[in-house]
Amino acid sequence: MKTLKDAKVGETVTVRRLYGEGPVKRRIMDMGITRGVAVQVRKVAPLGDPMELNLRGYELSVRKADAEMIEIE
Amino acid sequence: MELKIALAGNPNCGKTTLFNDLTGSNQYVGNWPGVTVEKKEGKLKKHKGVTIQDLPGIYSLSPYTLEEVVARGYLVNEKPDAILNIVDGTNIERNLYLTTQLIELGLPVVVAVNMIDLVRKNGDKIDLAKLGAALGCEVVEMSALKGEGGMAAAERAIAVAQQYQHQELPHVFTGSVEHALAHIEESISGRVDARNLRWYAIKLFERDAKVEEELALDESLKQHLQAHIADCETELDDDAESIITNQRYAYISKVVDSAVKKKAAKHSLSTSDKIDRFVTNRILALPIFVGVMWLVYTIAIGTLGDFLTGWTNDTLFGEMILGSLRDWMVGAEMAPWLVGLVVDGIVAGVGAVIGFVPQMLVLFLMLSMLEDCGYMARVAFIMDRIFRKVGLSGKSFIPMLVASGCGVPGVMASRTIENDRDRKMTIMTTCFIPCGAKMPIIALFAGALFGGSGWVAVSAYFIGVAAVIVSGIMLKKTKLFAGDPAPFVMELPAYHVPSASNVLHATWERGWSFIKRAGTVILASSVILWFLQSFGVVDGVFGMVDDNNTSLLASIGRVVAPIFAPLGFGGWQAAVATFTGLIAKENVVGTFGVLYGFAEVAEDGAEIWSLLAADFTRLSAYSFMVFNLLCAPCFAAMGAIKREMNSPRWTFIAIGYMCGFAYVISLIVYQLGLLFTGGGFGIGAVVAVALVALLCWLLARKPQHELAARTGAKLKD
Repeated sequence: MKTLKDAKVGETVTVRRLYGEGPVKRRIMDMGITRGVAVQVRKVAPLGDPMELNLRGYELSVRKADAEMIEIE
Repeated sequence: MELKIALAGNPNCGKTTLFNDLTGSNQYVGNWPGVTVEKKEGKLKKHKGVTIQDLPGIYSLSPYTLEEVVARGYLVNEKPDAILNIVDGTNIERNLYLTTQLIELGLPVVVAVNMIDLVRKNGDKIDLAKLGAALGCEVVEMSALKGEGGMAAAERAIAVAQQYQHQELPHVFTGSVEHALAHIEESISGRVDARNLRWYAIKLFERDAKVEEELALDESLKQHLQAHIADCETELDDDAESIITNQRYAYISKVVDSAVKKKAAKHSLSTSDKIDRFVTNRILALPIFVGVMWLVYTIAIGTLGDFLTGWTNDTLFGEMILGSLRDWMVGAEMAPWLVGLVVDGIVAGVGAVIGFVPQMLVLFLMLSMLEDCGYMARVAFIMDRIFRKVGLSGKSFIPMLVASGCGVPGVMASRTIENDRDRKMTIMTTCFIPCGAKMPIIALFAGALFGGSGWVAVSAYFIGVAAVIVSGIMLKKTKLFAGDPAPFVMELPAYHVPSASNVLHATWERGWSFIKRAGTVILASSVILWFLQSFGVVDGVFGMVDDNNTSLLASIGRVVAPIFAPLGFGGWQAAVATFTGLIAKENVVGTFGVLYGFAEVAEDGAEIWSLLAADFTRLSAYSFMVFNLLCAPCFAAMGAIKREMNSPRWTFIAIGYMCGFAYVISLIVYQLGLLFTGGGFGIGAVVAVALVALLCWLLARKPQHELAARTGAKLKD
């Protein structure tokens, strides 16, 4: 399974499914990471984590541990 | 006529600017009952009887974050007459996500599309009429930063509140979901306010635990509803919560596609992105970060801040007010106790509060600018990796940095941390960093017993940082910090020029709240300690004493001194010095001077080095120093802690923890030191070894609260 954590910087990917449950998953979805949305990986923080994404016209940062819950195509 | 309008919107949508614009100086800042979330309320300018209630900036009405629970609790229970929803026009898709949820509440809603000037500048077009028709509410445009359209939006909200008629809410979801929602609505109608019916139905569909608890439906009904929800889940191959979120966003995408014409291509670079290419660049980010922090530190703590604090404390209060007041009172032949109470007790106490204010205002001014322009979010982004390991937020860096100058603004700077647990943890640990006032203590002992070695000061910083790390790791595993895991899913808002009115408002608000809420504690404790220090029983007569040796404080010192015996400094002088250190840490040096018979000593106490060297060993001196560095900070910092915790329980926990931790570490240092310098293996060493073992266990054990969400995720790999 390929997750958002594996996506390379500059790559634009489509979200297939979200795993997990409860607050973390809900928060990720509330911020607009839902099935079928296109997400571009902008960069990774200087210390290697978290990563910066661009989706729905704005910038979002997520930790790699959370990005692992997001399956991409 | 009384009207209440709630201001709702995402963080960074310009809500604060609008709120300041609408209410001016007519604001009341407090806290939502029982939580540390700030509550702001104000009277609308030029409209009698209209109150604007500012809600916390939120992304959704989920039951998971404190801010969201507070906001939805207010909207559902207090039912404002209208909701004015601010939407960032440059980021409309995600902003409308909250809008759709607000509309479901069934209250009158006016949507104000903010930053319309930027939208136009980008060459985008938003069709307000189309947007309004799709959402089922009125939509207006505005630019809070330019001060355009804000009052008109508020006036629309007033008009809508006065002539609102309940209308059918837009169908956001697909057929089968709407069908299930209709069933739920039917089953619960009559149990909830008719206006909120759809909102409750959707929450039940999402299996929102807080709403389920509130409604307390009976088992058979619950099961009946469950069947409907489960059908949808099977049909759509997803859980109910995800179905709602997905379909909500799908609906918004459709609305945005028809009502918003975008000029630029998707994922293209804006000005803000171009700035970020440098500011959060892999190589440049850290140097830029260091540069910004250096600037903040130099201005707020170094040059300007230091000068301001020195001037207010020494010149303004020390010489001008205290000096002339004392001369005047003595000249008027007032009773010595009255002179003492007014000058040394009250005025000096007030001075201790006010003295910090100018420096704090400078610091807050800079922090507000960093926050307002968007850099603060980048600080969290850059530093997250290091700080989250010890249960802190990337934003904890600034409080810690500032605390190396002074703990009071350090604690106050923790306000920029949104997450409640991260903030509490930062407040509890930030005073471990040695502040400027602790330097004289270090200089005293380094000079008296360590031949002035610079390593003493270096080790003090090392101990401070180690105390933060150890405490962070230990505390995050305790039940105290249990609860829902706080996800770090953070928006990096677009950079913009900070608004002067916002920055000034925020600066003033923080400074004033320090004076008001922390000031009282500082003043009261200063007066009490002054009393204990200047009164005593001499020859069986109670009265004012000149000699600190005969004061009430000395008597108390003698009683409590044995408590410190296991730490190596059981002398009553050390106990008294520790107490006076609570007024201000540098007092420790002066107190030793007085207790050893000197009226006044240099800042590093050079006059008493030989006397101190006779009473202390190197080991007990180091242990004393460690204790004073880590234990409860000065009253001013404790006042700041009380202000920021906003809870007597948490203030008590924080200060109790610091004292307990300081005691344990000093005991370990002294007893193990004794052991290794050939002091023999006694009961003290046994206790110390046991405490080390306990610390190791607390550091290594499994968290007391399992991160349910995380484990759920990993299972499916």
